[in-house]
Amino acid sequence: MSELTLLLIRLAFLALLWFFVIAAVGVIRTDLFGPRTAPAPARKPAKAPKPVSKPKRGEPRQMVVTGGPLQGTVIDLTETPITIGRATDATLVLSDDYASSRHARLFPQDGQWIVEDLGSTNGTYLDRSKVTRPTPVPLGVPIRIGKTVIELRK
Amino acid sequence: MTAKRRGAQLAMLAFAVVVVMCAYAGVGLGIDGQIPAGMLTYGLGLGALMLAAYLVLAKWAPWADPLLLPLVTLVNGIGLVMIYRIEQAGQPGASATTQLMWTALGVVMFSATLIVLKDHRALQRLTYTAGFAGLALLLLPLLPFVGKEINGARIWVGIGPFSIQPSEFAKITLVVFFAGYLVAKRDVLALAGRRLLFIDLPRARDLGPVLITWAVSLGVLVMQKDLGSSLLLFGAFIAMLYIATQRTSWVLIGALLFVGGAVLAGQIFSHVELRFNIWLHADDPALFEGSSFQLMQGLFAIGSGGILGTGLGQGHPNPIPLSFSDFIFTATGEELGLTGLMALLMVYALIVERGLRTSLAARDPFSKLLAGGLSFILAWQVFIIVGGVTRLIPLTGLVTPFMSAGGSALLANWMLIALLVRMSDAARKPPPQAIQDEGLTQVMQR
Repeated sequence: MSELTLLLIRLAFLALLWFFVIAAVGVIRTDLFGPRTAPAPARKPAKAPKPVSKPKRGEPRQMVVTGGPLQGTVIDLTETPITIGRATDATLVLSDDYASSRHARLFPQDGQWIVEDLGSTNGTYLDRSKVTRPTPVPLGVPIRIGKTVIELRK
Repeated sequence: MTAKRRGAQLAMLAFAVVVVMCAYAGVGLGIDGQIPAGMLTYGLGLGALMLAAYLVLAKWAPWADPLLLPLVTLVNGIGLVMIYRIEQAGQPGASATTQLMWTALGVVMFSATLIVLKDHRALQRLTYTAGFAGLALLLLPLLPFVGKEINGARIWVGIGPFSIQPSEFAKITLVVFFAGYLVAKRDVLALAGRRLLFIDLPRARDLGPVLITWAVSLGVLVMQKDLGSSLLLFGAFIAMLYIATQRTSWVLIGALLFVGGAVLAGQIFSHVELRFNIWLHADDPALFEGSSFQLMQGLFAIGSGGILGTGLGQGHPNPIPLSFSDFIFTATGEELGLTGLMALLMVYALIVERGLRTSLAARDPFSKLLAGGLSFILAWQVFIIVGGVTRLIPLTGLVTPFMSAGGSALLANWMLIALLVRMSDAARKPPPQAIQDEGLTQVMQR
């Protein structure tokens, strides 16, 4: 074995080692998965919601968390109801001792979004009043669940 | 969105095995200019083992992180190659065959953990059992008849011809205990207490468990002369407290307790004091003759490796005592140079990153803490031993995870990776569909 060959082998192996590291980083880059706010339906909503929902003027398009630990979370409103609570299968999963596991539900009806308390322990509040029966939610009015505040927005 | 990414996993796994086989070939070419005869046996053996691990993973944890297994395969494989190389150099005690056998057992352990443990949250119910098991494992070597003292540390248990180091397994069960305990107590730890000079002081009774862990880790240090494990244990608990409560005060309290304990131990116990002396005055000729010889030989090796290394098979690992176990990092540094060491450290960093990522993606607090804690002990272990052999911190005997020769550590670390894989599978699996138009709640029109 000549010195030169050995030198080349040495450099080639180091390059191979680094190439492995770079390949691993490449896998991570394509694999980055974000926070869990947008759940499973990965491919369908890309096309489906747009023609279906076609929100009219004055109709809410987003649910925004404006207060509490999940502040800043945005959920796009489609035709499907939204469940809120501590249960892991809720659409918005709260980690809040004041929230029940299935705390409240938001669903669309006749172009309006309705909030319904699902028998929670500490209650759901629409603005200042306690929600005792399904109540329509106007735009920009805060819904309070434990420490979390939610608003509907355009 | 999350995908299973099994193709990427298989490709990376094959890549890792290829890198390891190239390393074998490199060692052979470096030593005597020939491809070594054992290359196919070792390479194919490793490949077959990892294929088995992959199949188990694909069946029982299909959503698991695609990178954990390939990354671990690479460090384990490079460790095997280095041990093979040191065995070729003729250092007594180094045996690549034994290490390959332990790797096989490690993969068996990995698979068994994945198959038996379908849901890691079952561990939460075993919080206190895990704690007691951890303490029992730590104390086991102190018992007469079963305990053995090897190289000045009484941390071994002899079963027939084999020696097992139970503290390696204790660290996993103790992390399970810490995670379970902190999930139950974190609010009290985080919120109760007084504020004094920008630091939130916890209540005295909440300090109890921290003080007990501190005492236990010091006790281990004193009775078994196992500095590495006590440092590992204490660091893990403080890190997990910090993850659970997000209070800097715990880190400060932990650091103060640790420094206090270390200074105290350094003054009382001669073997701890000697470690400090070796660290501070490693190049003192008087110390070099006896105790700092190993450390200095390691530093010389890394130094002669330089940026690009001497090349595989062309270094001199023999003058370093124990270059196949505690000092494998320096032997690798000599032959692969700074470039190679950095690549290996990157691989460790990526393993830890995948673990922390799992912790972030996990849905329940117990998994978050457990994944965070397990990743932390892996990172902490690498820091303690690499920092030790490079003289950044005092040298304490710990294995380099997956690389050093040593069965117990290999088994325990494979188990640790299995737990991370199990949790990443749970975290990446798409959540169950939200209740939709199932009519579970009726809208009453009144």
